[in-house]
Amino acid sequence: MPTQPITPDSSGYYGDYGGMFIPEILRTTFDELIAAFYKAKADPEFWQSYVEVMQNYSCRPTPVTPLENFAKSLGGKFQIFCKREDLNHTGAHKANNVMGQGLLVQRMGKQRVIAETGAGQHGVATATMAAKMGLECTIYMGSVDVERQRPNVFWMEQLGATVISVTEGTATLKDAINAAMRDWAESMETTHYVLGTTCGPHPFPEMVAWFQSIIGQESREQMLKINGKLPDRIYACVGGGSNASGIFLPFLDDNTVELVGVEAGGHGLESGEHAARFYGGTVGVAQGYKTYFFQDDEGQMMHTHSIAAGLDYIGVSPILSHLHDQKRIRFTAATDAAVISATKLLIRTEGIIPALESGHAFAAVVEEVPQIPDGTQVLINLSGRGDKDIFNIAEAIGDEKWQEFLKAKVMNQRN
Amino acid sequence: MNLTKYLKNRLEPSQGATGLKSTKRKILLMTHVVVGYPSLEANWKMLEAMGESDVDLVELQMPFSEPSADGPLFVKANQEALRNGIRWKDYFDLMQRASGKFDFPVLMMGYFNTAFAMGFENYCANIRKNGGEGFIIPDLPLEEYGDLFELSRKQELDPIMLCTPTNTDERLQKICAQGSGFIYCVARKGVTGKNTDLDQSANNFLQKCRGYTDLPLALGFGLSEPQDLRKLQGKSEIAIVGSALLKTWEAEGETGYRKHLMSLAAARE
Repeated sequence: MPTQPITPDSSGYYGDYGGMFIPEILRTTFDELIAAFYKAKADPEFWQSYVEVMQNYSCRPTPVTPLENFAKSLGGKFQIFCKREDLNHTGAHKANNVMGQGLLVQRMGKQRVIAETGAGQHGVATATMAAKMGLECTIYMGSVDVERQRPNVFWMEQLGATVISVTEGTATLKDAINAAMRDWAESMETTHYVLGTTCGPHPFPEMVAWFQSIIGQESREQMLKINGKLPDRIYACVGGGSNASGIFLPFLDDNTVELVGVEAGGHGLESGEHAARFYGGTVGVAQGYKTYFFQDDEGQMMHTHSIAAGLDYIGVSPILSHLHDQKRIRFTAATDAAVISATKLLIRTEGIIPALESGHAFAAVVEEVPQIPDGTQVLINLSGRGDKDIFNIAEAIGDEKWQEFLKAKVMNQRN
Repeated sequence: MNLTKYLKNRLEPSQGATGLKSTKRKILLMTHVVVGYPSLEANWKMLEAMGESDVDLVELQMPFSEPSADGPLFVKANQEALRNGIRWKDYFDLMQRASGKFDFPVLMMGYFNTAFAMGFENYCANIRKNGGEGFIIPDLPLEEYGDLFELSRKQELDPIMLCTPTNTDERLQKICAQGSGFIYCVARKGVTGKNTDLDQSANNFLQKCRGYTDLPLALGFGLSEPQDLRKLQGKSEIAIVGSALLKTWEAEGETGYRKHLMSLAAARE
């Protein structure tokens, strides 16, 4: 069972961040969830059952793959490895959290789950878990994201989930979270809200980080086995922060390991069109927790932009905000353009297709090549696979044959 | 103003309190305005109608981009108000005009990030300066108030606490112990704007709250019609009608709104 090197205080705070800013109607539900979670957390059998499910259903432990060609093409004298969360069932690290919460739902005896989703990965993962565990499932998704991620919507519906397109606000991830919260404020007796990332009110950041820490636990052992030592640097993309928390936290006490979080730089930090909370954000309280938010000077949330729907979010994990202030994690950002270019490079050199979210971590490594000392061992969290992004990547690359294929498909459908 | 005393007086006019417009009311009416929606001009017309109906209490909502405790209509209202460019200054300007012109006390209602971004001291000072008597923050549990309790006392403002039917007895007791002005009782699960069945369980909930406080009780969420107010007489001191009136404004405009409001006001006696 993994130990957590960082846990919140009894009010759910990591330093100044986190807490529980919830409407009173949900208080009892949260109290019950906290009790159920801490009971499970203290029970080695629960973790054991979690690991077994992940082994039997989701290909864990996922491998660590050396990226020799990718490193060579960058011309540096360093080694790059990546943790293959893309090989999880449903194609992303989201499966870890979802199966863990699913087991908790079974313990709590609830029959229905709801979830928000941005990229659609968490929605597909939740719908998959619900199908496997025989639970009713409703997924809230911003209508903008429904547009961007139609293939995921298709699969969620095939898996038996009801997908509700949320049109309010900016019609993206944050609005899907609000909508899920509203559902929960009414349905809490029978329903569990499977929050998809290390955000939201306590105990979600702690709980999601705990399930996701399986990534870092495995990586630690694998890197020791491969190299006989820990990596020098770890890069992970940061939207809400669940894949980053998952790989970073088990290395937190290893002071020689530099941890680098990569936010969405969108059209560039100068453009204002991005989702880099540690550059353009200030501390605030929304969606049930205190953290760095992308907001104006009167506390109204602002529009975020990223080519990767999963990073297109106003807030960031309170755990990461705390570690940011403590300077334990260094944060940087990668632009959409840099992400496309790094993604193409990884595909060509290694035959691995990353999600655009994960592409941010690779783009940051590419960008930092001149500053990476010889002999450095870099570990990148490849948080998800890129199949879902085929429409977006093809569009960004401007592939004409793909455009023709789409047109032909539409024509065929009409005939 | 002592809000509790004001409310109690309105229910049982004391001997010689001839200055009061009201005859003996069996229940009081609190109404709601989302500032900036549909427009500041429309808000003023709503407030004028409230003044004419001698509404007992009004909450002015500062719009927020993430109104997670509100239902679809108020979500839209928050969003549109922000799109109309409503800022703190516009909000407080309206509060000042309303408190200067009308007899009813006004409360600030809004999500916590506004108070957090403004700073607690400024938040309380601004409400006081512009004639507000208290505030309602639906996403702020009592554990997170910090020095907001003390600062509000300093400015003689009442922080209005919320009780809900899903709270444990222990929790209700704790919330009521911090209460000030009156207690806002949320009638049911869910968000604002859906109809509420005023059944036995709502009565039981109100009775339970009554056991923990001497403050007046206000029941809100899902009230819309005069008969809702009549049903509540003797059970809660205040009935809160929010979404239903806005819905009428949207469907029938000012005339329909006034009619609806008058019928609610008449159901107090």
